[in-house]
Amino acid sequence: MTNFLASIGYNAWVLPALLVIPLIGAVVILLLPAATATPDQGIETPIARVVAFWIFVLEFVVSLGMWWSYDPGNTQWQAGVDLSWIPSWGVRFSVGIDGIALMMVLLTTFIMPLAVLGSWTSIRTKTRSYYALLLILTIGMLGVFLARDLFLFYVMWELMLVPMYFIIGIWGGERRIYASLKFFIYTMLPSLLMLVAIIYLGIHLRTAAGTPDFSYDRLLSVSTLPERTALWLFAAFFLAFAVKVPMFPFHTWLPDAHVEAPTAGSVILAGLMLKMGTFGFLRFALPLFPGAAMNHTVRMIILILAVIGIIYGALVAMVQPDFKKLVAYSSVSHLGFVMLGIFALTVQSVQGALMVMINHGISTGALFLLVGMIYERRHTRLLDSYGGIARVVPLFAAILTFVSLSSIGLPGTNGFVGEFLVLIGSYRTYPVLAIIAATGVIFAATYLLWAIQRILFNPLDKAENAHIPDLNRRELGLLVPLLVVIVWLGVYPAPVLRRMEPSAQVLINRVEGNTALARLSEVAR
Amino acid sequence: VNFDLNLPAQLSGALGPDLLLIGGAMILLLWSAWRPESDEHQRNIGILSIALCIVTMVAVGYYAYTGYTANVGAIAVDNFRWAADEIFLIATIGTIAMSLDYYAREGITAGEAHVLLLLATSGMMILAAARDLIIVFLGIEMMSIAVYVLVGINRRTERSAEGAIKYFLLGAFSSAFLLYGIALVYGATGETNFARVYGNIDKLHLEHSALLLVGVAMLLVGFGFKVAAAPFHMWAPDVYEGAPTPITAYMAAAVKAAAFAAFFRLFLEAFPTILTTWHLAVWWLAAITMIVGNVIALAQRDIKRLLAYSSIAHAGYILVAVVVGTKLGSSAFLFYLFAYTMATLGAFAVVVALGTRGENQMQVEGYAGLWTVCPGLAVAMAVFMLALLGFPIFGGIGFFAKWYVLQAALQSPFPQTRLAIVLVVTSLVSSGYYLYVVMVMFMKPRDSAAPRPLHASAWTRTVVWGSAAVILIFGVFPDAIVAFTRRSTPTLTTDVVPEPRSPALQRTAATTPQPVIAVRSGQSTAGH
Repeated sequence: MTNFLASIGYNAWVLPALLVIPLIGAVVILLLPAATATPDQGIETPIARVVAFWIFVLEFVVSLGMWWSYDPGNTQWQAGVDLSWIPSWGVRFSVGIDGIALMMVLLTTFIMPLAVLGSWTSIRTKTRSYYALLLILTIGMLGVFLARDLFLFYVMWELMLVPMYFIIGIWGGERRIYASLKFFIYTMLPSLLMLVAIIYLGIHLRTAAGTPDFSYDRLLSVSTLPERTALWLFAAFFLAFAVKVPMFPFHTWLPDAHVEAPTAGSVILAGLMLKMGTFGFLRFALPLFPGAAMNHTVRMIILILAVIGIIYGALVAMVQPDFKKLVAYSSVSHLGFVMLGIFALTVQSVQGALMVMINHGISTGALFLLVGMIYERRHTRLLDSYGGIARVVPLFAAILTFVSLSSIGLPGTNGFVGEFLVLIGSYRTYPVLAIIAATGVIFAATYLLWAIQRILFNPLDKAENAHIPDLNRRELGLLVPLLVVIVWLGVYPAPVLRRMEPSAQVLINRVEGNTALARLSEVAR
Repeated sequence: VNFDLNLPAQLSGALGPDLLLIGGAMILLLWSAWRPESDEHQRNIGILSIALCIVTMVAVGYYAYTGYTANVGAIAVDNFRWAADEIFLIATIGTIAMSLDYYAREGITAGEAHVLLLLATSGMMILAAARDLIIVFLGIEMMSIAVYVLVGINRRTERSAEGAIKYFLLGAFSSAFLLYGIALVYGATGETNFARVYGNIDKLHLEHSALLLVGVAMLLVGFGFKVAAAPFHMWAPDVYEGAPTPITAYMAAAVKAAAFAAFFRLFLEAFPTILTTWHLAVWWLAAITMIVGNVIALAQRDIKRLLAYSSIAHAGYILVAVVVGTKLGSSAFLFYLFAYTMATLGAFAVVVALGTRGENQMQVEGYAGLWTVCPGLAVAMAVFMLALLGFPIFGGIGFFAKWYVLQAALQSPFPQTRLAIVLVVTSLVSSGYYLYVVMVMFMKPRDSAAPRPLHASAWTRTVVWGSAAVILIFGVFPDAIVAFTRRSTPTLTTDVVPEPRSPALQRTAATTPQPVIAVRSGQSTAGH
């Protein structure tokens, strides 16, 4: 495989291709002739979804080569491409992957075709615009993971915002307008502050002729910011990422956006877009400002917020009457684990955080898909309107139970690996916080098991529930890959961990090394 | 070629494009009076006016390309002037193109309206060239008087007449301020030429002369009115609402840009040495304008008033570039003007395309569900709104404009960090009303009783799609424009910007101080 990939020059073109394929796809879909609704299903231009699906499959196949072409032993950027973009401002189109980005890219390209299948029959109007927006959204998400230039990163970061705004606002639920505006404004304010920080950094690195420089690598190598300035800049990046994650006090946009978004929107929001925040911490906030991030007070504040997020998210999820909202709040809890793992900063905890990021993408994505499927049949998401449907839809019930168990973190499923690594990793540095966080796993079991009990197993006392059709072949087909990955990552995560470990190690060395250096110079002074 | 402005023949050569436009306008004026008023005649005059503007654009481009220079005199021959001229001419072409349809719809058959527009534009071109206080006044009046008439061109409607009288009274008022300022500055320095005013302030130690400072304050108020900066913005929403929509677009885009161009050159060429006195005033003017414009716009439900307040807010952003005042600031200033002009023109063109005769219904709510009936116009409008908001890629060049102003503000020798934060936060506020328009168009259901908008004619659509294309294409590849604006600083602008409120100023003896980038990089402010 590696030889084959080398023979086609794979590394030289794969990253630009990943960004260009969705763009071409979006244009193709918009140019499709509009067809009126088909009589049997009432879906406008049904060809659009087919085209979108195959473009996403192509995207996945193209990206999959990186699994083999990526060399885990090499901690440099791989498959890098570096082109001039706006020379007057020192902006370059510069992309590349490391182990962390690799996994995030594969997660994205893996989820997207499934998200299309999830919207197959639920999106009925304006399908061309919908799928074109999904494709453009993908460019933004991949661009964030690939960017090696802060300007490019910012552009890609904002590129995600508009398609999601329209997806929620046009195809969303009843309170979609409120939810989409809230989502937009919550995300945009800290992004703009981050923009100021990015400009500041670019100017800090400017050449003798006064041209700014936004290169990530140069920023890492020459970064010598005064401590106060670094703290302010860190705060700007922190806010942008913390809202996206979302961390505890900044999470209020999440339940609205996730609940009102159409199924695919929720899957992408939870499965992929939340990872932008944690990825941002790993790629930018920590390595660029190690002094600020390792400042004891700052670190404690973030860790405590993370633990509050774990417990609070779980407790709020427990009392939700709406299944989708329950899953949304469970994200707050899971992402708390990620933050705990990142800021505990041991190799294990960071790797665990990365695993949780992947697992959460898969398990929560699957949960949202399942919620969407049952909603399409019964048009309600309230837990109380179900009960005992395991007898009516056995296949659905089995898969829902399995996915819930993986989300809880049952050993043998993917959820276990990540949270376990985070907990043992953070126990080494922050035992008290790790113990408190561990209770979050118990709460997770409570809210999810209780929820599936109320949906699937209580007495079948509502007549409307007696005749729900079970999963059809399309739905089964889209869930099976997710189930396979859940088991695979639960039983044998080593290939994934092996690819991410060197990058995690480099990150930790960089942060701790720089902190140690800073301490040394302080002592010397 | 280096023009010697003391020789009449060479002065005319330096004014070539301006004379071309004025001469052409005169001929068109005669021809429009030659035939009886009719819609067809109006249309012909309009199309010829567009052709004249294009010819003038080519002439301006030629002058910029050959790199003519001139000795220091009453007018400037530099790329700043040519860049500003191109912006005015683009705005004029857009305005005439939309008004062709608009006048036909409203039953305005006066072909002179187009000629007046050309005369106003030639006033603007003179403003951009002016390097003498008298020429500034001449340009302002040429521009303003023509626009007073244009605001009232639809004389059958009460609102248009009301807007015209308001604009006339307040415009006359602000001209009086300007004239007072000019007189006082002349009284203090004995000169009206920018370079000599600068020299005399230096030579006679006028930094604390009350006469001069009052004069500068008067000039500031006068320009504050012309660019509609808060707190001198009160006239703008009413006038913008009352004026025929194409004229509103013209006022929001071109008139504002011209006043800014003169403002920028005057203050940075004539008064750099007394910067400490006016700098803080402009700082506050910028901050207040951004806050007032954006916050009040949130409450607007009429599309024209909303865009009026948006244009006030943008005056604030542009003032940030004036505050920065370095070469980089000047480049950012021109870039911003260009981006703002394109987005504003496009937005008003959509308003024209969706308007109905009499323009009684201009509520944003009237656009509910527009996406389902006119997807093209709705998408274009969304692009313009996002461009005004300063959003990357979807808002195209609008993002780069804000980026550039921010970069100039933070990279100035005295970083305007606080002003940059105000800009960023008020931009966020602006998302409240720009997104409101987008939300109404895309997310509200169409009222079943609402009539389907008439198919907009080719001219208006050309303006819509032309500006959208410019915004989006340069929104991915802005480098050509950045490089051009970077070569287009006013010749006399210096990078010597003393620290605001610092007691002593580094006085430079020469009229053309040296660029100081090299010196400055040693004492870099970004913090080493």
